[in-house]
This record gives sequence, C-alpha cells and structure tokens, in this order.
Amino acid sequence: MLRVKGIEVFYGDLQALRGVSLEVNQGEIVSIVGSNGAGKSTTLMTISGIRKPKQWEIQFGQESIHPYPSSKIVSLGIVQIPEGRQLFPTLTVMENLEMGSQFPKAKKVRKETTGWVFKLFPRLEEMKNQLAGTLSGGEQQMLAIGRGLMSCPTLLMLDEPSLGLAPILVKAIFDIIKEINQQGTTILLVEQNVFHSLTLSHRGYVLENGSIAMSGTGQDLLKNQHIRQSYLGL
Amino acid sequence: MSLLELKGVSKNFGGLKAVNQVSFSLEEGEILGIIGPNGAGKTTLFNTITGFYKPDEGEVWFESERLIALKPHQICKKGMVRTFQIVKPFLELTTLENVVIAALNRTENVQEAKTRALKTIEFVGLKDKAETLATGLTLPHRKRLELARALATEPKLLLLDEVMAGLTPTEVDELIRLLKEVNKKGITILLIEHVMRGVMALSQRVVVLNYGEKIAEGVPEEVVKNRQVIEAYLGEEFGNA
Repeated sequence: MLRVKGIEVFYGDLQALRGVSLEVNQGEIVSIVGSNGAGKSTTLMTISGIRKPKQWEIQFGQESIHPYPSSKIVSLGIVQIPEGRQLFPTLTVMENLEMGSQFPKAKKVRKETTGWVFKLFPRLEEMKNQLAGTLSGGEQQMLAIGRGLMSCPTLLMLDEPSLGLAPILVKAIFDIIKEINQQGTTILLVEQNVFHSLTLSHRGYVLENGSIAMSGTGQDLLKNQHIRQSYLGL
Repeated sequence: MSLLELKGVSKNFGGLKAVNQVSFSLEEGEILGIIGPNGAGKTTLFNTITGFYKPDEGEVWFESERLIALKPHQICKKGMVRTFQIVKPFLELTTLENVVIAALNRTENVQEAKTRALKTIEFVGLKDKAETLATGLTLPHRKRLELARALATEPKLLLLDEVMAGLTPTEVDELIRLLKEVNKKGITILLIEHVMRGVMALSQRVVVLNYGEKIAEGVPEEVVKNRQVIEAYLGEEFGNA
C-alpha cells in the first residue's frame, strides 16, 4: 500500500534520514521505534509531504506521491496525527473535528464519520461544545485522533499518541488504535512506548541515526536481545 | 521540621476545584513522587507551590517559613525551583548561555556564573553540547538542559514536571541515574511523573491525586496495590510495561 524507497532528508547540513526504505501493507499495524533524534517523526513528516526529501521515492498504491503538497496527500487518504496534538485550542471540540473534514471527499460523509468518531470516543460527544484548550491531556489526544479520522484515512499515521498520558489512558489509546485497525484502517505508528507498540503491531522497523537498523514482526523484535537492552531497558 | 509542608492547599478555577484541600510534607533529602490521572491537578499544585498561582485556601511552608505573596523568582532565591512539562529553553542561545542565565540567580559576576554553569553542564552530561544552540538539541538533551538550568540556580528543593515524558525506557534509565546523583548532592526532589518506571525507581514515597484531592500516600510498592489508585490511574494491566 505504501512503499518508501531510500529517502534522504536534510535539515540544513544535518542529515536526518539516510536512505530509509519501508513498506506498509493494507490492513497492517506497523510501528517505527527508536531513540529520540533517530528520525522517526521526520519519516512520518516526509510521507505526509511536510518535509521534502532530497532523494526520494514514495509510492502510495500505484501513485508516486512525493511531489505532491501535503494537502493533496491527505485527500489521497494518508493522515498524520502530529506529536503534541496541535489542536485549535480556541475552537470547540466539534469545530476541531470539522477542521479535519474540509476537503470535498471528507465533507460529503462528515455526518457519518462524526457518528463513528463519537462511537469510538463517547467522551468527545459529551464535550462537543467545549473549547479544545480546556480538555485534559487524554481528552485532547482523543480529539487529535478523532480529527484525523474525520479526514477518512486509509493510512493513519500516529506520532507518539501515548505521550504524557496516565498508564490507564495509555492502555485505552492502544485499544482504540487496535479497534480502528480492525475496522479497516491501516496504521503506521511511531512510539517511545516500545513495549506497547510492538505488542500491538504486526511488523516493526527500528530506526537508528536515520537508518533502518532492523525490521521484523512485532513479536520477533520484542524477543530480540538488542531491542531488549537498548529500547526496553531489560 | 519538614523542608516543605502543604496544609490544606486549594486552588479553584471558577467553579472547578483543581486542587482541593491537599496536605503533605517533604523531608530534607527525600524524593517524593506525585502521580494521578491527566487533569488531576498535579501541575496546578506545582504552580501553587512555586508562586505561579496564589492558593485560594491553605498554606505552603518552606524551611519553617510560610510563603505568602512571593513571586516565583523570589521563591527561587529561597532555594525552590521547578522545571516545565514543555521545556522552554531560550532557543537561539547556546546550552551554556542558557545555563549561565540560571546561574546568575546566585552571583552577579558573569565570569563566576559561567564557571558554575560549565560545572553544571558537565554534571548533566551536556559538556560536548555547550556551544550548541538549544534549538539544535534532541529531546533528551533538551530535558537535560532544563534540568541543568534548574540546578544552576542552586536549589535545596527541585520540582520536576514530567521530565521523563517522550523518552525511551533506556533514556529513562539514564535520567534515573542522573537524578539519583542530584539527590546524593543533598537536593530534595518532588516529581510529577506518568512514567511509572521512573516513579518506582526514584520515589521513597508517593502521593496520588485524583480530581484535585489526595486519594493515597505511601511507599510506592503499597500505593500501586491500592484499589482506588488502580481504578483511577494505573489500570488493571499495570506491571506489563
């Protein structure tokens, strides 16, 4: 479904990605794990078209998407939930959700999608007229995911959805991601919570200093000695 | 006499009781963890202790002195300093310059502040980043810079607001080692943290907040078995990660 081939990304002189290749197949949950600064967020932003690679090829279905602006990439079905939520704090919950469905394809089914989002997150329906800035951390994360779903993604990319959440909510967020996947959305996940994300994922990639150091099924990676030492601290 | 003592502290926002009648004390040299669900009032409590907010009720005592109507910088001078959940370095200044500014809390001599700042930077493991602009630091390094800035003010009590968020377990372990070193220097630590790996490894006692109220207090091993704490905060499957 998504094929990234040898992308190289620079911030000024600093090379953030060194020939990163990865694939995501339809229906999968794939996670990218690695230390801070390894290039995980940059990988997602490059797929989204926010960062432009120097060396490239990114294919989505049969199409080469890397020349497209990020707005076009969203309308093709690739949606990123940014790290740190990035909501509109002075808009209501409902208005934030509507912001996720501004382009024609998503707007047409806005009512149905809203219904689905409220079914996944009943709390958001209760708070639909409240300003996003007044929500707690967990509620804001739910809204960020809900807003992403409003764009009708076929591939949903999440950047650290568990950041700053209480343990009980971390579990709840991972359960929701699993449910979204089971209802047909493919997932590409970036997480510091290596244990939870590899447990949930069909496959995973380990990113180190801008290159893919390892890949495999979630279960195999969890058993790997290097991963256990370097990322799980076992 | 405790180093820090809270007596029935409350802070309201309109009709919302963000912090409700919270009391606890902190002994010199101790590490106390504060945990609780998102929105439980943990950061509001920090803001109230450190003078960013004025409590609506109750008293905050530091070194046998009641803190009334003091500004954050005055409280910092007294030896109490906090870090921020979202780190806020001066992005266009170098690591060293950021820490020098903090060191000026204890000396007016810039050269002396620089010497102290360099020592602090070395202590937190950022020596080779001294001349790097803060904007070019990775998240774990920014968190260390935030810690260095707090330490350079030479506190007796250090309040840490989620310094471990966003770190991998291995990075968390490195930070745990560093904070133990900080504590060994005689600095008392009060930490808000969701990363239970860090809370369990560091805290001698834990206070649990829920809806602004203290619902439990005790040694970490007991607190994590508390039914109310499991239901409100940890979840049934705690222990897996």
